[in-house]
Amino acid sequence: MDIFMENILDHWRNPRNSGSIKNPDISFFDNNPLCGDEIKMQLIIKDNIIQEVKFLGRGCSISQASADLLSNFVKEKSLEEIKNIKNNQIIEMLGIPIGPVRIKCALLALFALKKGIYLKEGIKMEDNDLNGNSQN
Amino acid sequence: MLNADKIKKDFPILKNRLVYLDNAATSQKPYQVINAIKDYYERYNANVHRGVYKIAVEATEKYEEAHSVVAKFINAFPNEIIFTRNTTESINLVAYSLGLKLKKDDEVVVSLMEHHSNFVPWQQICKLTGAKFKVIPIDEKGNLKDYERYITKNTKIVSITHASNVLGTINPIKEIINLAHENGAIAIIDGAQTVPHFSVDVKDLDCDFLAFSGHKMLAPMGIGVLYGKQEILKSMKPFNYGGDMIREVKINETIFNDLPWKFEAGTPNVEGAIGLMEAIKYLEKLGMNNVYAYVQYLTKYALERLKEIPNIKVYGPEKRNGLISFKLGRLHPHDASAFLDELNIAIRGGHMCAQPLVNSLGEIAVARVSFYIYNTKEDVDKFVDGLKKAKGAFKV
Repeated sequence: MDIFMENILDHWRNPRNSGSIKNPDISFFDNNPLCGDEIKMQLIIKDNIIQEVKFLGRGCSISQASADLLSNFVKEKSLEEIKNIKNNQIIEMLGIPIGPVRIKCALLALFALKKGIYLKEGIKMEDNDLNGNSQN
Repeated sequence: MLNADKIKKDFPILKNRLVYLDNAATSQKPYQVINAIKDYYERYNANVHRGVYKIAVEATEKYEEAHSVVAKFINAFPNEIIFTRNTTESINLVAYSLGLKLKKDDEVVVSLMEHHSNFVPWQQICKLTGAKFKVIPIDEKGNLKDYERYITKNTKIVSITHASNVLGTINPIKEIINLAHENGAIAIIDGAQTVPHFSVDVKDLDCDFLAFSGHKMLAPMGIGVLYGKQEILKSMKPFNYGGDMIREVKINETIFNDLPWKFEAGTPNVEGAIGLMEAIKYLEKLGMNNVYAYVQYLTKYALERLKEIPNIKVYGPEKRNGLISFKLGRLHPHDASAFLDELNIAIRGGHMCAQPLVNSLGEIAVARVSFYIYNTKEDVDKFVDGLKKAKGAFKV
């Protein structure tokens, strides 16, 4: 099997950042009913910087590995930086081509994270609002 | 027994060694069907029931013949066959035409194993009318549980699937239809998963309606069937209004056309009807008893071979229609499907358009293989061997 796929499977089998946070500043659950992927992203924030991030979920390797890779990536980043993460960055992290059928799996964690942050600021975001990023 | 190797040669899409195991979603199409559609467009494409020129007459004759062929196939009268887009539209036709008459204390009974197409229309009609929406549960084996208790004197409509598209369960619909009638209710059968697989006789079943799709039985997409008993159809209001469903239109009044045209407003799907007629001729040549026996043989063989894989969970009862839903450890169905796709094997993963059922199994998604006449034992072997490879690669 492809070395990039091996990397995804490794994150799927042994996620580094799965678990729950007690008293998180942000906790957001999102799902993709069509595929049956579920992700809950939890964050501890200090001075607008992410101190700690954990995710809990079930679903396909791409949805779960992207949540783990994204969690690694966002540690110590500012909320503004996270809002500016492009959809393509997730695909680059995964390192394999993602077709139109699996793109929802790949972006589930990023969307959950962004939705959680926006909601904390009082803005309700939906997939449609976030999809625009895919062109960037 | 059917010669699947020979049958396979009739299906151009299978020439590239595709192992197609998603037949419960849609079937592939043989040359005979593709050529009949091609012949229609190349030789006699015209609108039906309108022109009096030669090709319009031929198109009209074929379109009407298609009704007769479908009628004979399920032992109905031609004027009881309404062409729709698919099973979903057939059920919506009944739901809107009959269902909107429901009142507050009336009940509609469906089951937990319905496809969304026979679940959502009734759920929504009940919300609109205030009628009670009752859902028959299933037992741990995947059979309907205590359905007798759900059908009561207040039940006006019982709409049940003949066979589950997830579990493969074949329901005791004759008993259910009887029970519905004893309580004065209308019985509607979703035959999407059974009409392609075995002989369904509406007179023998005594169902009031039967809905099914052409595309799961070798015909094109976009042609579906609603069978309805003529005395009920006559008393029903049309679902769509417009062209061809009228006998006479005045400024303030319209007299509707005879059956079945009263329910077929607008220019119909003539190519679909011709394709469906040809598909039925193809299946009848094979013999529906042979179709059933062969798919049963393949399904049993697949169930046996799947036992070689530890940690696999197969859903549904032992006696089943030609499909198997399963889960392999924590391997997500889409990962299984994507892995097998690399080996040119097409299987399904997801909620199968039956979310209430799949969720009741404690899952958000399952994987499914479903068989048809052109699948071979080698197809099953390739699938099982591929699944073993996936098990190794994902270490589940």
